Amino acid sequence: MRYVNSSNVKGRPVSQVNAQRGLSSRQETVPPAGRRQLSDMRIVQLFILPTIILLILMNIFPLIYSLFLSFTNYSVISSDPPVWVGLENYTHILSDPDFWHNFATTGTYALLSVSLQTIVGFALAMLLRSKFTGSGIITTLVLVPMMLSPIVVAVFWRLIFNPSFGILNPILGFTDINTSPEWLGDPALALWAIVIVDVWQWSPFVMLLCLAGLSAIPEYLYEAAAIDRASAWFQFRRITLPQVMPLLLIAVLFRTIEAFKQFDLVQGLTFGGPGDATETVSVELYRLAFQGQFETGLSSALAYIVLVVIIAISNLYIRALNRLREG
Amino acid sequence: MHKKSFLILALLGLLVLTLGAPAGAQGITELNIWWAEWDPANYLQQIGNDYEAATGIKVNVVQTPWGGYFDRVATEWAAQGTAFDMVVGDSQWLGQAITEGHYVDMTEFLTSTGIKDTVTPATLTYYGEYPSGSGSYYAYPTEGDANGWAYRKDLFENPDNMAAFEAEFGYPLAIPQTWEQLRDIAKFFTRPDEGLYGIGVYTQIDYDGITMGFQNPFFAYGGDWYDAEFNALGVVDTPETIAALELYKELYSYAPPGTNNAFFAEMNDVFVNGQAAMIMNYFAFFPALANPEINPFAESTGYFSMPAGPSGERYAALGGQGISINAYIDDARKQASFDFITWFATQEVQASWAALGGYTCNIAVLESPEFLAVAPFNAAFAETMTFVKDFSNIPEFGQLLAVVQQYLHAYVVGGEGTAEDAMTSIAEGMDEVLAEAGYVG
Repeated sequence: MRYVNSSNVKGRPVSQVNAQRGLSSRQETVPPAGRRQLSDMRIVQLFILPTIILLILMNIFPLIYSLFLSFTNYSVISSDPPVWVGLENYTHILSDPDFWHNFATTGTYALLSVSLQTIVGFALAMLLRSKFTGSGIITTLVLVPMMLSPIVVAVFWRLIFNPSFGILNPILGFTDINTSPEWLGDPALALWAIVIVDVWQWSPFVMLLCLAGLSAIPEYLYEAAAIDRASAWFQFRRITLPQVMPLLLIAVLFRTIEAFKQFDLVQGLTFGGPGDATETVSVELYRLAFQGQFETGLSSALAYIVLVVIIAISNLYIRALNRLREG
Repeated sequence: MHKKSFLILALLGLLVLTLGAPAGAQGITELNIWWAEWDPANYLQQIGNDYEAATGIKVNVVQTPWGGYFDRVATEWAAQGTAFDMVVGDSQWLGQAITEGHYVDMTEFLTSTGIKDTVTPATLTYYGEYPSGSGSYYAYPTEGDANGWAYRKDLFENPDNMAAFEAEFGYPLAIPQTWEQLRDIAKFFTRPDEGLYGIGVYTQIDYDGITMGFQNPFFAYGGDWYDAEFNALGVVDTPETIAALELYKELYSYAPPGTNNAFFAEMNDVFVNGQAAMIMNYFAFFPALANPEINPFAESTGYFSMPAGPSGERYAALGGQGISINAYIDDARKQASFDFITWFATQEVQASWAALGGYTCNIAVLESPEFLAVAPFNAAFAETMTFVKDFSNIPEFGQLLAVVQQYLHAYVVGGEGTAEDAMTSIAEGMDEVLAEAGYVG
């Protein structure tokens, strides 16, 4: 017997179902004239199909095509077709000290930025955890930076960092313009300047996830700990931190991925300078892919290397997250 | 019957109109010109409106913001598209556009019509010729532009400043004739306590800013990016060019703090704000400084052309663009484009172009008293257009530029290493690019 999904109830044959509904066998087998019945699966497929087509066109095809291009010598603005060069682009990138410098800069930036965001975000969440007068407004205000466009943030901070009229140096006590630090023009400070801005903008994101984690901790755990005369540090270490850890790790995972892709803030603040002091992999990728160079093959290879690095790091976090869940 | 006759007559009339209209002779009723989005493109649209009034052919100047202009044109090239008939393109695009066949060869046209001799030789070379010295031309010099200087006459002509300067440096304070004099003046006016700095120089790392600024003393000190055989080693890194870079870094030390990534917009900003006694900039951005609504020092702002290097040579980094014809349009459209350029290149139209604010390259107009008097910076511009020099126009210019930008910025702004290290690294980096592209063995 053929089962028709559209009329199937809990796996029973259609005839049985229809018999219960008081339908004759003729009514059961003959569809209305001029109409074909669509199965549930077919309807599901029809609804999903446009999304699948869009995904294939907008994501899957470019992904596969760019993978192919990464093995070719090709410029998107040239009328010459791609020329297969095998692993040449990959070996060129991996043997070029400039690219390793870009990776080192990106790694340093990601480490500094994500670490500080985690500390600041978690500290903010702890501060705003308890309700007090105005805590709602303060929480909302703290969240404002992450709602701004990174390029707008970069433009604002360029003015704040400006040694002539920016407000940061006077706040830090540097009132003599001759000795004031030039945040964006000094190779030793420029990366820190970007880290400061990124921490300012994205610590609220970490805070938000931590707040969600903190609010989910049952109060009775703290009551029990208090009865046992556990210290505040012990409560933090054994209750708060383990309970928040899964959400904290998710926040760190997202921020790490973003840090490795960092482009707009660097481009808006330093353009990778001075020299190549703040040139992250994404900035170098942009220069290779566009800006008069248009080395599409080489830049595709670099993009895939970045993708592999991000997937590897994400896997480390996900494994840690799974271990936490299991443990 | 009456109805039928009327229909026949109407059809005949339509046929006569179609065949008889001047523009319709070739079937061309409008021409599309692509250019970047800025004031000169608006001026060209006005010139195009005049052309429509004279010939009936509508001219559309399609503008794209500078940031995406090359990308848009390059995409059209790759598709061998016909969205534009003519494009006003950067001199640096020439190599790629010509080697890949995107531009129509205009050598015969420019020579036979005599248009070639109406523009300054330097502009024809840098805006239109490829390869350099070949005598083959692919563009008509349209918007001439180069680096020049704006300065505060009120500061330069202040008697106290004049006396103090002469006492300190042993010669009168005036428009600098040499790069050393320019440095002395920059040093003299650097007074952080008064919020005044001597100079504003290009330092932008993003695309070509710092390279364009440095090229002015670099060329004047005898430097070049490569020789006739494309050798960069021993050409870029000479004692003279190292001295030029040291001078440029010293100039940056007299610039307002915060100009560590500065290009044309920032130059005008520090001048208008009263922070800099003099600034370098492209002449295309000087009209803003002559406008009292923008520049409070407009009445006392003077302009001068590039000073000379140690051997007396003067060079100015080239900006501006030439107009080229798309190779993929049909012959009728090509002919219509040639007709437009023939009309545009006439002295009368070039005079109108200059009067609107366009920077003509026409010799007669540049030398005319009307042109020299119409704007305070035109005299310096006319002089500058006789000694302009470009970076490079080979297809690999983007890769060469990236090398130069990085090392110049690291040394001048970041203070990394020495001028010799920077110039050696630039020479080696350029040599690598040129060798990889097959220019040198």
